[in-house]
Amino acid sequence: MNFNKEDVAISITDLNLKYEGKMALQNISLQIPKNKVTAFIGPSGCGKSTLLRCFNRMNDLISYCNVQGKIIIDDQDIYSKSVNVADLRRKVGMVFQQPNPFPKSIYENVAYGLRLQGLKNRLLLDEVVEKSLRNAALWDEVKDRLHENALGLSGGQQQRLVIARAIAIEPEILLLDEPASALDPTATLKIEELIYELKQSYTIIIVTHNMQQAGRVSDYTAFMNMGTMVEFSNTRSLFTNPREKQTEDYITGRYG
Amino acid sequence: MIKNPITQLKDCFGTGEPWVWLSAAAVSLSLMMVFGLLSLIAYNGLGYFWPADLMEAELLNGDKKTVIMGEIRETETVPAQQLREAGIQLTKEEQWLKRILLKQGNRDIYGLDFRWILEKNIANKHYPKDLLVIERKEWGKLYGRLTGIKENGQFIKTETLYQEMQSRLKQVHQLQKKVNELLKQQLGPINTRLETLRLYEKKIQFDTSKLSETLSNIEEQRQLLNQKFSQYQAEVQQLYKIMASDSILIQIASGQIIEVSMENIVQVIKPNSMNILEKLGHYIHQIWLFISDDPREANTEGGIFPAIFGTVLMVIIMSILVMPLGVITAVYLHEYASQGIMVRIIRIAVNNLAGVPSIVYGIFGLGFFVYFIGGSIDDLFYPEASPAPVYGTPGLLWASMTLALLTLPVVIVTTEEGLSRIPGAIREGSLALGATKIETLWHTVLPMVSPAMMTGLILAVARAAGEVAPLMLVGVVKLAPALALDGDYPYLHLERKFMHLGFHIYDVGFQSPNVEAARPLVYATALLLVFVIIVLNLTAIIIRNRMREKYKELEPH
Repeated sequence: MNFNKEDVAISITDLNLKYEGKMALQNISLQIPKNKVTAFIGPSGCGKSTLLRCFNRMNDLISYCNVQGKIIIDDQDIYSKSVNVADLRRKVGMVFQQPNPFPKSIYENVAYGLRLQGLKNRLLLDEVVEKSLRNAALWDEVKDRLHENALGLSGGQQQRLVIARAIAIEPEILLLDEPASALDPTATLKIEELIYELKQSYTIIIVTHNMQQAGRVSDYTAFMNMGTMVEFSNTRSLFTNPREKQTEDYITGRYG
Repeated sequence: MIKNPITQLKDCFGTGEPWVWLSAAAVSLSLMMVFGLLSLIAYNGLGYFWPADLMEAELLNGDKKTVIMGEIRETETVPAQQLREAGIQLTKEEQWLKRILLKQGNRDIYGLDFRWILEKNIANKHYPKDLLVIERKEWGKLYGRLTGIKENGQFIKTETLYQEMQSRLKQVHQLQKKVNELLKQQLGPINTRLETLRLYEKKIQFDTSKLSETLSNIEEQRQLLNQKFSQYQAEVQQLYKIMASDSILIQIASGQIIEVSMENIVQVIKPNSMNILEKLGHYIHQIWLFISDDPREANTEGGIFPAIFGTVLMVIIMSILVMPLGVITAVYLHEYASQGIMVRIIRIAVNNLAGVPSIVYGIFGLGFFVYFIGGSIDDLFYPEASPAPVYGTPGLLWASMTLALLTLPVVIVTTEEGLSRIPGAIREGSLALGATKIETLWHTVLPMVSPAMMTGLILAVARAAGEVAPLMLVGVVKLAPALALDGDYPYLHLERKFMHLGFHIYDVGFQSPNVEAARPLVYATALLLVFVIIVLNLTAIIIRNRMREKYKELEPH
């Protein structure tokens, strides 16, 4: 699929990733549209999380991991030497599979990224914390206990807190790595509603192994298998009219 | 069906029940040993301060009768044969005999504080109410009766002899306090300034340009100081003279009358006429004196305050030195160093360091810290003081550094364990928000590791506070004339030698000429050492628990 240049948030060309000598991603070329929700689906171990973690260079933390190819965000190759990784990660926020709040107060969790940027003004911090928690649909539940330990929240609340923490620093792109897989159905529903809200202002990429979820929340879907991009198109056509046999097998449950 | 006994036994062990019992037994045995140890020390140490009744009796020695006086310390039954071998005449029928250990005091007269007496030789045992225990600054306790008070050699006539003596004693103690203040606040600083002046004079002799004018200046100052010094000294002499004018006359057991100068008396009590409350009051007062006073009489009398102070101060300085070093090392090893063969060798070395006998650290401290570093500091910064060393001699700083080195492995290992327990998700969460590695460490990881660091500190303190052997080489002394922390600039004197409870136990127990008198003191000091370590540890444990509460580790929901 091709988009107009101004509609593209991330442009990936010929991406290869070797992990301990093994090819984990092969020849991936993809354009991810701006202010839309893009879902990555595929069987376990197909490389969808690995691809996601390339966008904010989280893979840098793993030694023996070698990336080749181009990923362009805002006209810049994020793997070029001049890129400041911390700046990149401020622009590309990420939410992980397991909720991982810091063992600090709810307030401090949300304010963490801002404090790192040197923001000290109490009023401004209060404002941003409230706004982020409202956007993450958590404000009403926690507004009376902002200074209690975040670990006292339920799993679903923790995950929304982590999303609030990510959006507090106003990234352009939000990466969600199976954000609902550790949650119960009610909490999952809340997260999905939240994704729907957030896509007005953010480019969202979500990795999920739940095809219904991908169908519900995403505008575009990419199906991956064995480290390759099998098919990428708009969600409705991918689910109703897949071009590839592999895709059809997977979405109809015949795979494996 | 009846099972055969071996199968039954097997079944029994299979349930695991016997193992539970066995572990429970082991735990209770360990607990009993710990409590037994503590209560033994406490019993022996705390009994020392109780004002024992003073016995007076007649000692029969053949036809001769002598009067004896003293505290009964111990009673034991010994076989007669043992006494016969010691040269004591006994009849054939006697097999077992009771004997008592009497503290007869009056060491200056009898030569010995303690004496064994056969109980059968004692008659007319009684506890007269007018017997006095006089605690002196020298020669230990004196037992006897008050017969008079003298002022400038003249008898004082009064009805209430005892009260008169106590009130005069109070006055003398007030004078003593005044003298001490003068010595500490006036004469001490003058001495220090004279010494500084002397060193300054020596220093400027290397620089000949301004020599003559400065030298005369120095001479002027010195004369001023010397003048002041002799002025205060005269004042002190005057006070001493007043203090020495009063004395009391004491009749001891043998009937002999002894004159004791008031300035030489710590306190006088009448134990036999005290009721239980008064005794309790005196007991608490004695314990307080033990904790708060300076030692006397080659450490066998008086208090042990300087030793407590030295122990605590050394442990605190050790903690301040070891914590940053240990934590930084652990962070580097765990977070930054690439985990290759080199780091593994370093880890093995660190672990082995924990097993090196502590005396070896003492030798190292003496050779490296004291002679090399201390000597170099002296050469560079204090050439004028030579040949007297300033830092090139054992002292508080070197002792603390040696112990910091000794406890470094513990801190490194526990901190590293703490670091490896922090879930990767937390680090990723912080990095994903645009934090650099150092920011992640500083704002998130290290606060979460702080309870582990405190555990390291607790273990380090426990080890350092109990260590004696290396300290004997690098700074502990039998008697330190001045505390390392006082009102003179720069307040904390790291180059000074200090006293230590552990060394004090060794010194009083093994180096003291008066073994019987020293024994309870050894127990009391040991009890105090245990107490100090418990207090230090509890402080650290309370801080750690606070931190744990604050930085609970992630628990999956």
